[in-house]
Amino acid sequence: MSTATATVAVAEQYCTFWVAGQFFGVSVNEVQEVLRHQPMTPVPRAHDAVRGLINLRGQIVTAVDLRVRLGLPPRAEGDLPMNVIVRSRGEVVSLLVDDIGDVINTAGLSVESVPSTMPAKLADVVQCVRPMSDAVLLVLDADRAVDIFAVVESPGGGTS
Amino acid sequence: MDDDAEIIAEFLVESHENLDQLDRDLVELEQNPGSRELLSSIFRTIHTIKGTSGFLAFGRLEKLTHVGETLLSKLRDGEYAMNEAIAESLLRMVDTVRLLLEGIERTGNDKDPNVDVVPIQAAIELLLEHRGVLPSAEPVVEESAPMAEDAAPVVEHAPVEEPEAGVPEQAPRDEVVETPVEAPVVEAPVVEAPVAVAPAGSPAAETDGWDGTERRSVADSSVRVDVDLLDNLVQLVGELVLTRNQILQRTESQDDPDLLRASQRLDLVASELQESVMKTRMQPIGQVWSKMPRIVRDLAHQLGREVDLQMDGHDTEMDRSVLEAVKDPLTHMVRNSMDHGIERPEDRVAAGKSRTGILSLRAFHESGQVIVEIRDDGKGIDPARISAVALERGVITRDQLARMDTKEIVNLIFRPGFSTAETVTNVSGRGVGMDVVRSNIERIGGSVDVSSEVGKGSTFRIRIPLTLAIIPALVVGEGEERYAIAQANLVELVRIEGDDLERQVEDLGGAPVLRLRGRLLPLVNLAEALGGRPEPSDHLTVVVVQADDVRFGLCVNAVHDTQEIVVKPIGRQLKELAMYAGATIMGDGKVALILDIPGMAQEQGVGAVEQELLTARASLDEEDRTALLVLEVSDGRRAALPLASVARLEEFPHDRIERTGSVEVVQYRDGLLQLVRLAPAIGLLDTSDRQEQVSVIVHELADRSVGIVIDRVLDVVDSALVLSEVGGRYGVKGSAVVQDHVTDIVDLEAVVARTGVIA
Repeated sequence: MSTATATVAVAEQYCTFWVAGQFFGVSVNEVQEVLRHQPMTPVPRAHDAVRGLINLRGQIVTAVDLRVRLGLPPRAEGDLPMNVIVRSRGEVVSLLVDDIGDVINTAGLSVESVPSTMPAKLADVVQCVRPMSDAVLLVLDADRAVDIFAVVESPGGGTS
Repeated sequence: MDDDAEIIAEFLVESHENLDQLDRDLVELEQNPGSRELLSSIFRTIHTIKGTSGFLAFGRLEKLTHVGETLLSKLRDGEYAMNEAIAESLLRMVDTVRLLLEGIERTGNDKDPNVDVVPIQAAIELLLEHRGVLPSAEPVVEESAPMAEDAAPVVEHAPVEEPEAGVPEQAPRDEVVETPVEAPVVEAPVVEAPVAVAPAGSPAAETDGWDGTERRSVADSSVRVDVDLLDNLVQLVGELVLTRNQILQRTESQDDPDLLRASQRLDLVASELQESVMKTRMQPIGQVWSKMPRIVRDLAHQLGREVDLQMDGHDTEMDRSVLEAVKDPLTHMVRNSMDHGIERPEDRVAAGKSRTGILSLRAFHESGQVIVEIRDDGKGIDPARISAVALERGVITRDQLARMDTKEIVNLIFRPGFSTAETVTNVSGRGVGMDVVRSNIERIGGSVDVSSEVGKGSTFRIRIPLTLAIIPALVVGEGEERYAIAQANLVELVRIEGDDLERQVEDLGGAPVLRLRGRLLPLVNLAEALGGRPEPSDHLTVVVVQADDVRFGLCVNAVHDTQEIVVKPIGRQLKELAMYAGATIMGDGKVALILDIPGMAQEQGVGAVEQELLTARASLDEEDRTALLVLEVSDGRRAALPLASVARLEEFPHDRIERTGSVEVVQYRDGLLQLVRLAPAIGLLDTSDRQEQVSVIVHELADRSVGIVIDRVLDVVDSALVLSEVGGRYGVKGSAVVQDHVTDIVDLEAVVARTGVIA
């Protein structure tokens, strides 16, 4: 994990959001835009984490539910997720989150490695942790987050 | 002539590009006189122009470039050293070449009297005579004099006479002339003359032929554009069209006349924009065909054939992605026609034909598709030989062959593993030919077939969509969502309701099939394929689809309409799902998935069953392969009977079985169906009561139906039946190995007769 934190420290501005009460951030460089809830077309037989397809100005974007991806409890019935549209390896993917936060500047905040006690599914996609005065920001690795086939199933898997 | 014009236009564009490069190279060469690399590059360019102009019979251009080339070759070989005089004359030559090219573009030939090639030609020849160094001023003066004379009348006539107007166009050249003349510093008047011409001539040059409109030269009228940029444009325009649709819907209910006018205009502009943008991706098939004469010539040589290649429809346009995809299949088919179609000259003469075979390529648009025909007047395809080879290679069974017509047989050449080439050549025919051609064409939504007459020749016909980006599709509904099926996969729509539902749809061991014109069509329920449950309904809507050799019926909830859809890729997260070919955006802005029929067939395991079911109606006695219904009786014992004798499969709850005397019956279709338990009838222990439901095979006789009670249906197989006497007994003809298991072959007559005896 130390190598990961070293590379992450470069990004200082994060687009933040909440998923199941956790405070996450993705480097603004990886975020294309943030959208409120969008109508989705479900894809039968797709991976559980794929909630559907979104029409983003003519481009078809896959929506990945971060709650499912991170192994967090499902969203309450009727709660509409928001979209954080990220660019990952030449594709545009939407991360479904509960609520959108501000863009924050983390200059001056310390960079800490992921606590070993964090559940494997979560630790797998969190690059590092940046404690703030009132919250702890979990820095998400967008590439890993959209890679739904790399989900760590067994606890304690850590990085794979 | 059309061809020529096309070649000339290409030559012009290419040459203009080359000349620009040449200018830079020449200037650089002056800085860096020793560079062999630069010299070689310049030499190649001039050489190319010379070669092509010779080919196109542009004599003046050829002569000029010829002397230039000679001079360059001396430089390149190090015989001459670069000096200012040489550089100047080369630049002048390039300028003159450019003028000649402009003349060619205007008039189609290089005879433009306004362009004088003599002075520069003479100047270079002079340089050549003097081994690249001008020894004294005198010859230069001699050479320059005619220049001055040439130029002199220009000053007088320029405004009046047309032909002279061209000369001032040489203004840059004239300025160039200045230097070699000046270098030796001899006579001032000579120098002056051209200088004097230049300012007088320049305005004349500008007015020449300028009629107030901007005339674009060939080189300026086209721009190279990145394909990604075009794709992006196509996508954006698609989005614009959707937005327009939404706006039009809204404005219909508005009274504001200005808004209505504006939206109508938006409508028009968006439509035109869409059309134009699609056109930017269109390319003529001529681009592929231009390579054919060479391929045909080489092949004819190699194969000892005499072939006259005729091509028609060069300018038939299609999307570049389609063109790219058909390039290789087309080339392969041309090779194939030369190798297998057109005979050797001596064979042709023996057959009473002309020595030279005709290979004709034709392309045209027809009902929104591009048709490409490849026709030869060769020996044709012999159905008898095709059938023999197909049987020998195991491509089809004798049984299947018997039901094929000639055209179907001829089209067997597109099956995998098929090649009739008696000898394997390096041209075509290792059995990896036509099936690859077909699958490549089908992949882009096209189709290919062949018709042939023995001794007369064959015609291959390829149908390809104009574009891959937009395809016609059928939109069907399932649950809340819509799904698109490419029209290319569509065969027909069938709706079954009421009694027909029971009569035409059968359940063969959990696999539903539809009786459609005497054939059994495997059915796939879309809702189930999508992981849901089908809604119970009193009717069935079947979309009959086909992909490769697999045909099946897709049961859908609703059929909406056919429309043109824009195919868009789906993300990496969904790539593992073979059943989707992509997605599209519907008129209301919602996303719909496009079903991939081949992928679906594979996923649902339809492919394997299909071939067997096609032959399911075969009768037992005359064919060596038989479609059998394999079933289980008496707790795990296998038995089989010909599928042809099975009318329906039914399941009844136990309590529906009633008795009349010693006979078991069920009430069935307004009558009584007499039952006979198969196990005891063939001397086995009856265990059919152990099942939750009673499985019954309905066998129809001339005057009545009989229900044969079995444990359950296992499978339908198409199997070579080698009957063994072993196990033969009353009700059993014998046993055979079916699917690696010993299976009793039921003597249906005997079993049915038992019911008669009891009744």
